[in-house]
Amino acid sequence: MINRESGVYQTTYEGDMALYTLPLARATALAAVALLVLLPLPLWSAGNEHWMSIVNTIVLSAIGAIGLNILVGYTGQISIGHGGFMAAGAYAAAILSSRYDMPFLVGVAAGGVVAMLVGTFFGIPSLRIKGLYLAIATLAAQLIIEWTINHVTWIGGGAQSTIYVQNPTILGVEFDNEFRRYYLLLPFFLLAYFGALNLVRSRVGRAFIAVRDRDIAAEIIGVDIFKYKLLAFAVSSFYAGVAGALYTYYLRIANYEQFTLIVSIQFLAMIIIGGLGSVIGSVLGAIFIKLLPIVLDLTVVGVSENVFGVPYARVADFLANFQLVVFGGLIILFLAIEPQGLARMWFNVKRYFRLWPFSY
Amino acid sequence: MTAQLEIRHVSKVFGGVQAVNRVTFDVNQGELVSVIGPNGAGKTTVLNMISGFHHPDLGSIVFEGTDITGRAPSRIATLGVGRTFQNIALFRGMTVLDNLMLGRHVHMKTGVLAGMLYAGRTRREEVEHRRVVEDVIDFLEIEPLRKRVVGALPFGLQKRVELGRALAAHPKILLLDEPMGGMNVEEKEDMARFVLDVNDEWGTTVVLVEHDMGVVMDISQRVVVMDLGETIAEGTPVDVKANPLVIKAYLGGKTGAKTWAGRRGTGDRIDASTARRA
Repeated sequence: MINRESGVYQTTYEGDMALYTLPLARATALAAVALLVLLPLPLWSAGNEHWMSIVNTIVLSAIGAIGLNILVGYTGQISIGHGGFMAAGAYAAAILSSRYDMPFLVGVAAGGVVAMLVGTFFGIPSLRIKGLYLAIATLAAQLIIEWTINHVTWIGGGAQSTIYVQNPTILGVEFDNEFRRYYLLLPFFLLAYFGALNLVRSRVGRAFIAVRDRDIAAEIIGVDIFKYKLLAFAVSSFYAGVAGALYTYYLRIANYEQFTLIVSIQFLAMIIIGGLGSVIGSVLGAIFIKLLPIVLDLTVVGVSENVFGVPYARVADFLANFQLVVFGGLIILFLAIEPQGLARMWFNVKRYFRLWPFSY
Repeated sequence: MTAQLEIRHVSKVFGGVQAVNRVTFDVNQGELVSVIGPNGAGKTTVLNMISGFHHPDLGSIVFEGTDITGRAPSRIATLGVGRTFQNIALFRGMTVLDNLMLGRHVHMKTGVLAGMLYAGRTRREEVEHRRVVEDVIDFLEIEPLRKRVVGALPFGLQKRVELGRALAAHPKILLLDEPMGGMNVEEKEDMARFVLDVNDEWGTTVVLVEHDMGVVMDISQRVVVMDLGETIAEGTPVDVKANPLVIKAYLGGKTGAKTWAGRRGTGDRIDASTARRA
């Protein structure tokens, strides 16, 4: 978080290697967590369930995006199958909960594990190919998973490949509105976030980055690159599976249309705009991609109604297309300004305030 | 006494080119051996075969009694074979510290879950290995560079960091491919000092491939000379310098490329171990 290291001296290796090395950084990190915990209160008092649901989708997407960033950003293995791996987790959870009456936590864990197995299997081509070729191989994974869900009745549940599930319940508490669901999702997000931060600064994470940066050098220091590529697929698709399972419980429905190729590409967009190889970038990217269309909608509607006096119904058609154009344009603009993503912008802001207000 | 590293009749063909032809030599525990030879002599190919990047077409390589012919590089590294490259192979985006910590990879145990929790045992392990890394940083005199990103360092220092990454693993044998290439005199002197110290103080066996004859003749205990994929001489620096075949290989002469088949029969070998292969 905020870095102002002046006057802080590390005297132990442990202190130097902490996640947040500075007292101020620790404090801001804690404050950020506290803010997340308190976030629903103003919305709740206003009874605004719509905005809470938007926050919830962002939280869900962030978990998936962090997972994808571990694979693409940290290990350098491109995957366009992330939506497919999420679907594997989603249907695993839905089947367990609707047909076998398994509790929520079992469903989420199973979703993660099933997606992990599927993802690792489809990661095997990465042992031979990389870059664009791997992208096409994972694209095949996406299509195979979609096809399987649609054509194997036992998995897809038949009609329209839709499985309904009940509201999740933990210890008798039913998570039946957006505010409660937020508190259901938040712990998973925090685990995913700090788990990823810890992972990438420990032995396995360093090995991931080594495989990405220079595979020959990785091998010479004893990193088994095949093992770590598959491990990256496993971790990444575990995240995807958990996100998919949570999505199912959140929507109370498992439907493959939530996990199509477009969704996979959207996740790639999140981590590219957010910043490859950055955990906080994944979160920022998820916020950007999920929030931007909504903000654009509101702006266009607001302008047309208030400035030009045109009612929403008359611009609805135009709006749908206009939104897409601006959305695409903004993505290009952001990437042109900062190719390393929002995480880099965040880093630059932090760096500016390191010495502020005496920046010389 | 058997040697620590035994290279027996290894050959390697790339396309139609005989890069290495039945090379045989031993490296004993604690020795500092140099492999020299004109460009294209096959020195780097031999190192690549020892560290597993190329698998010999013929012959065998035995390290401390274990046959490592054809094993994967990462497994050979695990046995204690360290290596640096001619064209630096560092992780450019990472800090010096992270590069060196990666050098400790084979000695660490933390898996995915423990890494994500970063609880007591993982934390202790990180600190314990950080200490080892700090010793290497201290040894190579790169304390101020700890948190600098490697890609931004000057060439000479990058070479030093690469040596550090190999040393961090505490290898039993260290293969150095032109550690002084492209360096100025001061940097060469520093590097030579580090190589000698590693050999002296840590007792690490060193196999050095280097073009700078001054350095090679100064610091090596034994020199293996290669030309056109074959060993043409082996012995102490003084012997090798006086060997007519070596002089011819370096300065040219009647024994040009087309007669190297003839050379093989001359029996003009300095060391018995190379004579055996004929």
